[in-house]
Amino acid sequence: MRRTGSALAVILLLIRPAMAFVIEEEEYFPATGGSSQSISLLSTTDTDVLRPAILAFQEANPDVAVRYVVASSQEVYAALADDGQAFDLVISSAMDLQMKLANDGFAASWASAATARLPDWAKWQDRVFAFAQESVVLIASRRGFRGLPIPQTRRDLTELLRDHPDVFRGRIGTYDPRASGAGYLFATQEARQSDSFWRLAEVAGGLSPRLYISSIDMISDLKAGRLALAYNVLGSYAGPRLESDADGVVVEFADFTLTLLRTGMVPTNAENPDGGGAFLDFLLSTRGQALIRDRAGLPPIDEAALAARPHLRPIRLDAGLLVYLDRLKRQAFLAEWSSAMSQD
Amino acid sequence: MSLRRRLVLQLLGIAAVLAILLYLTVRTVANSAAEATQDGVLGAATLAIAERLQGGETGVSLDLPYEAFSILGSISDDRIFYRVDANGETLTGYADLPLPQYETLSVEPVFFSDLYEGVAVRIAVAARTVLVKREPILVTVAVGQTRQGQEAIAQRTANLAAAIGLAAFALAALLSMLTAGSVLGPINRLADAVGRRGPHDLRAVDHPSPEELRPLVTALNGFIARLRGALSRTETFIAEAAHHIRTPLATVRARAEIALRQTQADETREALRAVIRAVEESSRSAGQLLDHATVVYRSDRLADGPVDLARLMQGLVRSHAPTAELRDLELTLSGADAPAVVQGDRLLLESALRNLIDNAIKYSPPESEVSLELEARADDVAVRVRDRGRGLAGQVQSDLTRRFARGDNVDDVVGSGLGLTIVAEVAEVHGGRFRLEEREGGGTCAELVLPLR
Repeated sequence: MRRTGSALAVILLLIRPAMAFVIEEEEYFPATGGSSQSISLLSTTDTDVLRPAILAFQEANPDVAVRYVVASSQEVYAALADDGQAFDLVISSAMDLQMKLANDGFAASWASAATARLPDWAKWQDRVFAFAQESVVLIASRRGFRGLPIPQTRRDLTELLRDHPDVFRGRIGTYDPRASGAGYLFATQEARQSDSFWRLAEVAGGLSPRLYISSIDMISDLKAGRLALAYNVLGSYAGPRLESDADGVVVEFADFTLTLLRTGMVPTNAENPDGGGAFLDFLLSTRGQALIRDRAGLPPIDEAALAARPHLRPIRLDAGLLVYLDRLKRQAFLAEWSSAMSQD
Repeated sequence: MSLRRRLVLQLLGIAAVLAILLYLTVRTVANSAAEATQDGVLGAATLAIAERLQGGETGVSLDLPYEAFSILGSISDDRIFYRVDANGETLTGYADLPLPQYETLSVEPVFFSDLYEGVAVRIAVAARTVLVKREPILVTVAVGQTRQGQEAIAQRTANLAAAIGLAAFALAALLSMLTAGSVLGPINRLADAVGRRGPHDLRAVDHPSPEELRPLVTALNGFIARLRGALSRTETFIAEAAHHIRTPLATVRARAEIALRQTQADETREALRAVIRAVEESSRSAGQLLDHATVVYRSDRLADGPVDLARLMQGLVRSHAPTAELRDLELTLSGADAPAVVQGDRLLLESALRNLIDNAIKYSPPESEVSLELEARADDVAVRVRDRGRGLAGQVQSDLTRRFARGDNVDDVVGSGLGLTIVAEVAEVHGGRFRLEEREGGGTCAELVLPLR
């Protein structure tokens, strides 16, 4: 049985280049006018989220057909770095992998009036551009808290978990950084920002936390009453889903709240880089940003919002992101995280 | 080629060379400063990573410091590559990043430039020895960074340096124009001073001039002195000659007149009269030559004193009365009742007026009138001599006032052609005017205007 398994793994590895990366969704938006060109978008963002933006883009550019492919952030990275797949624009919430792609020369230069308007923290060189800033939040269920106060800082939360293990045992949800790229990014960035992450991890680790690979699952489990709280959930997903739910609470920690930048880049091997760049410019335009906010539920790039809410800390889009992608660093971090989280 | 243009061009050439040197210097200094800064940061990042190396029983471990890359990234958005090798095997990072020769490795970072994936990178490499299972293992840490940020700085400095160079050149160009102007100014002023001189001004040039121009001024003054000497000798010669001719002529005339009174023979008397007339004309010509020489000779050192033209005219009328009577001419003078004093050279003025009256009498037909008129005005005094002679016959005044030039209609009258020349020259050296006009009803009006000063 074990031999067969490893043999199967070998076969999968061998045929992998042929079958390429794993696609989750693929949708084709035919041109509304006569199709004279098409653009291929590779994205980690669900089709439904960006559909209004795509349709609006096609309204303005009726001769452009859009192929929209969704894959996980790891697969998006692999599609470019390993498979050399040709896409005209790559959209990902995995800032570290986007940064790695750009640093390793997979991102082409793109300059336009729209990219020039972006603040410096929202772009790297003229290659990676952020079009949405999403806070990483705690979601809590009032019922699950059984009347306990909702914590506003990591320290509050740590003390609450330490003082009331019976309330929270088995009812804490968070990302599994070993399996989720986003989870790994959030965990490493938090560990970098503050030691309180490790104290929290140790306390939570003693309460049999449930590990997830997506924010959506954590939100639905919280709504279903299986979780009292979920830590490090994408606010852009939690907000709309808990809006109508009197029980659900979204907390942006007052000590600091990581803010993820959803970024786009035009790959160097794009077949229609101008088309990909045009879609990027559309996302960054006033109209595109309004659509992202109103129809996709993603907070647009807004320096004023950051100034008004100083606890929001955008993850820096720079070469520092490469550090936790280092093989040894990743091994060491995951080893430390595992020992903190699995104490039983 | 103009001295000014040559000077300006050479100064501009020098300025251009200096501006280019300035540009290159600013660029070089700024670039090496930028490179040194970036090397410093790159080296610090490499050392920060090397310090996190650890040995142990299981092998080399490394805790890559976040700040090392973050600080590299904060200086410029450059691509970063790194490679950590233990015992020649790549532990982590980009395994194909170039490394330097083994011999050059040191604890301190070593810097070199190379190409990685077709892009120019600057690489810092530091070496460490780590104990693994009590065996020393050589670990190298290489950190590479593209130089786009530095190139952007270099581009900015290049632009700045170019702007500085251009500004320096423009300033130097302006200054060189001014310099050329101030250097050539004395030459222009000297040329102006010499050019402004009157036609008879033969004084030595004593205009203040710079040392370099002194040989030229000295040579010019030597030349002027020689010219003046030559001119003076010529005039002296003419004066001497005229004098030497006039004296014997006077003797000849006196003897001829005595002979005329003594002889009764008509033929002889006729011959003697012809002799006397010829002698008279020769004497007059000699006198005019003398006058002209005097005018030329004296023009650069005029006697300057008050001259009463009224009295002068009265005297001239008296002295010419016999000659006029001889020809049955009526010689009248008006406007000479009050003194009309001008500043000038009495001898020259008298010579000019005498020539005018002489001419009028000479060319007047018998029994006509020669009227002299003196008019004192606010600024000047006009002397007019009117006759009923043969006029100008359409000739231009400037032709008649030329030396030795005579009218086309005077063949039957003896003359030297110097008379009007003398008048014109006297008028000029006194700052006055001389004008000849045809009179209505025949004859000429000669007008000499002298300023009162």
